[in-house]
Amino acid sequence: MNESVSRRRFLSRGAAGLSAVWASAHWPALLAAATHARHAAQAATPAKFEFFTPEEAREIDDITSRIIPSDDTPGAHEAGVVYFIDRGLTTFAVTDQKTYRQGLPELQARVAEMFPRVSKFSALTPDQQDQVLHSFDDSGQQGQRQGRLRSRPGAGSFFETVRQHTVMGFLIDPDFGGNHDGVGWKVIGREREHMFQAPFGYYDKSYPGWESAVKEAEKK
Amino acid sequence: MLEPIRYKTTDEVDFVIIGSGAAGGVLAKELSNNGFRVVVLEQGPYLTEADFTHNEVEVLMRNQLTNHPKLQPTTFRKTPQDKAKHHRALVYGRMVGGSSVHFTANYWRFHEIDFVERSKVGPIPDANLVDWPITYADLEPYYTKAEWELGVSGLAGASPFDPPRSKPYPMPPLPVKSGGVIFERAARKLGWHPFPSPMAILSEPRPGRSACVQCGFCESFGCEVGAKSSTLATVIRMAEKTGRCEIRPNCYVHRIETNANGRVIGAAYFDEKRVTHLQKAKAVVVCANGGETPRLLLLSTSKQFPDGLANSSGLVGKYLMLNSGPSAMAVFEHPLNDYKGVAVSRILHDFYELDPQKVGFCGGGGLDARFDMTPINFATSGYDMGGLPPGTPKWGKEFKAALAHNYTRSLEIVAHGTSLPVESNSFSLDPDLKDAWGLPALCMTYKDHPDDLKLGAFLRARILELLEATDAVQKWASPVEEQDFAYHLLGTCRMGNDPKSSIINADHRTHDVKNLFLCDGGSLVTSGRGQPTLTISALAYRAADRITALARKGEI
Repeated sequence: MNESVSRRRFLSRGAAGLSAVWASAHWPALLAAATHARHAAQAATPAKFEFFTPEEAREIDDITSRIIPSDDTPGAHEAGVVYFIDRGLTTFAVTDQKTYRQGLPELQARVAEMFPRVSKFSALTPDQQDQVLHSFDDSGQQGQRQGRLRSRPGAGSFFETVRQHTVMGFLIDPDFGGNHDGVGWKVIGREREHMFQAPFGYYDKSYPGWESAVKEAEKK
Repeated sequence: MLEPIRYKTTDEVDFVIIGSGAAGGVLAKELSNNGFRVVVLEQGPYLTEADFTHNEVEVLMRNQLTNHPKLQPTTFRKTPQDKAKHHRALVYGRMVGGSSVHFTANYWRFHEIDFVERSKVGPIPDANLVDWPITYADLEPYYTKAEWELGVSGLAGASPFDPPRSKPYPMPPLPVKSGGVIFERAARKLGWHPFPSPMAILSEPRPGRSACVQCGFCESFGCEVGAKSSTLATVIRMAEKTGRCEIRPNCYVHRIETNANGRVIGAAYFDEKRVTHLQKAKAVVVCANGGETPRLLLLSTSKQFPDGLANSSGLVGKYLMLNSGPSAMAVFEHPLNDYKGVAVSRILHDFYELDPQKVGFCGGGGLDARFDMTPINFATSGYDMGGLPPGTPKWGKEFKAALAHNYTRSLEIVAHGTSLPVESNSFSLDPDLKDAWGLPALCMTYKDHPDDLKLGAFLRARILELLEATDAVQKWASPVEEQDFAYHLLGTCRMGNDPKSSIINADHRTHDVKNLFLCDGGSLVTSGRGQPTLTISALAYRAADRITALARKGEI
């Protein structure tokens, strides 16, 4: 779905059921939010990379494509995750620059070690790529648990960092520079709307309405 | 439109309120509405609906709305004998409105038992469980006031375990979700009493505020349409409209100043440029939360108060309670789409009050059916693999397939229970670590009381019993573990009649300093059963009445 359409629909439907007081009080704020979102979406696919060289971007794109592969549904590649990471490394994830700068040569060295005739990760077959990534993957040990929520990205190895950035770039709200065209949300079944109405799912469709247990017992 | 008033720091206002959350926002409105001149000093920014987004990276990973672990690092240890280690120990809302902006909006009243449990169950070994100096009946009018003024959706009389109430909820419950229906059916099969969850989220619009649009970004996020009944969306605006209240954001208070008579004269704070100012006031009300309030008192040492302000008992920061509770996930055959709508639509309180003789521990709790995991959160975080079953690969085809299948079909059942007050559980000043302003960092010391862990095991068993009564295709539960991370910061400046065993009296006045008042999660004497925010706001409404009466009598 087109970004601006869904946003606009949110705005109009959001205001329609509400009092005029609410609409007038909030209209400037909502317009500002919509403009902001549109700018962000336009920036989602920049013409050129800011952090990676085109060669590096190719390698990263291939790694992300093994983390969330494209099969009968879109994967990290279609979601433009490499652009999200590139932009992230000059904005919210500046502290991870070093991890990438050091990780990419390590990746290349590992490729050369495992497949002496090949010089680049992106020149390997998908199966070979998986073998290389498995050799990097120390995620058998689960990350530190912090309450029921929240991950703490950035501290792990190169692969773990790319893995977390890939998941973020695939699943972030498309208004914020990743998840291009909302494909990540299509894959997980999340509708791209800003408002919903009951019934929401299979099990509340046939809900008859609240009845207290006492009333139910009386009926029987 | 009336411009909000601006005071000079040299103006001696009637009250400085430190913190603008569930308590500070309410006190700001009540005191300014009662005719007093008020300055609210808030360490975080003044954001509004236009600033709130669904950006998980900014909000969850970059701490846009919360205390920042790099700027305000913390340490943790299990007992006072241990050396504390650098560890992210707590999270709280750091903005105008405080945690009431980013909380899930579960809005339970405490029950009568929570105020008198000690009298009912007797002493508990290794805990200092005491009765409150006030009862449920004392607080009831203020619960009602909070529910009506802030806006709460719920159904009075739906739970047979509810305490008495003088008025129903001001608006009907929010729509039930698939997870709520599954929960309700299973619980009834077991003879339990599920009911619509009271939520501080509007099911009907109010002037200037939209009804909930069911977008599903409640927990950890600010509401973009003003439907969540934060103090930001409600009383803070009313406070500013009185023309007597200034909300001053980006002011990090680091010291409460006193004079030779042992009276408070104002609050010293860093502005955005880290320049120090002193806002003068006739009285100070600290509502900085159960972590930052004791920290501020401990930072405000002087010749007269060598152990920190209001700390003659030595108990400032002690009796920290976090609430405890295990959880379990389940996957169902058909899509629930529980990512839509507010986090929780059904809860139950059948295990709120348990007989210690029968169960072998003191405490109780409630269960809720929820889905509060936004997409990235679902895919990456939490115990084991976020929302995915244990053992799911963390990348590749199977990972993607699990995400695609489970995101719409998952449900979490979460228990919320008591934490007993243990003296050695505390917030204190770390002797080594400093924050970005050079102030001693918070050190959390915490080891769950054995009864809390027994309660956890009991509630975990009830969760699994409930899930057994559903058609869940798959289910798994988190282990019951000792906690090292805090969302609820309770009990650290407890209320009581005896200056030797408490920090504030029933008027929220500190025993040691006549014109210093405290009101936030720290004021709580017991932890309740897991959802403290309504009680914190109700206490603030009551405190405002008490403080107003004292001020009008010239007794401050």
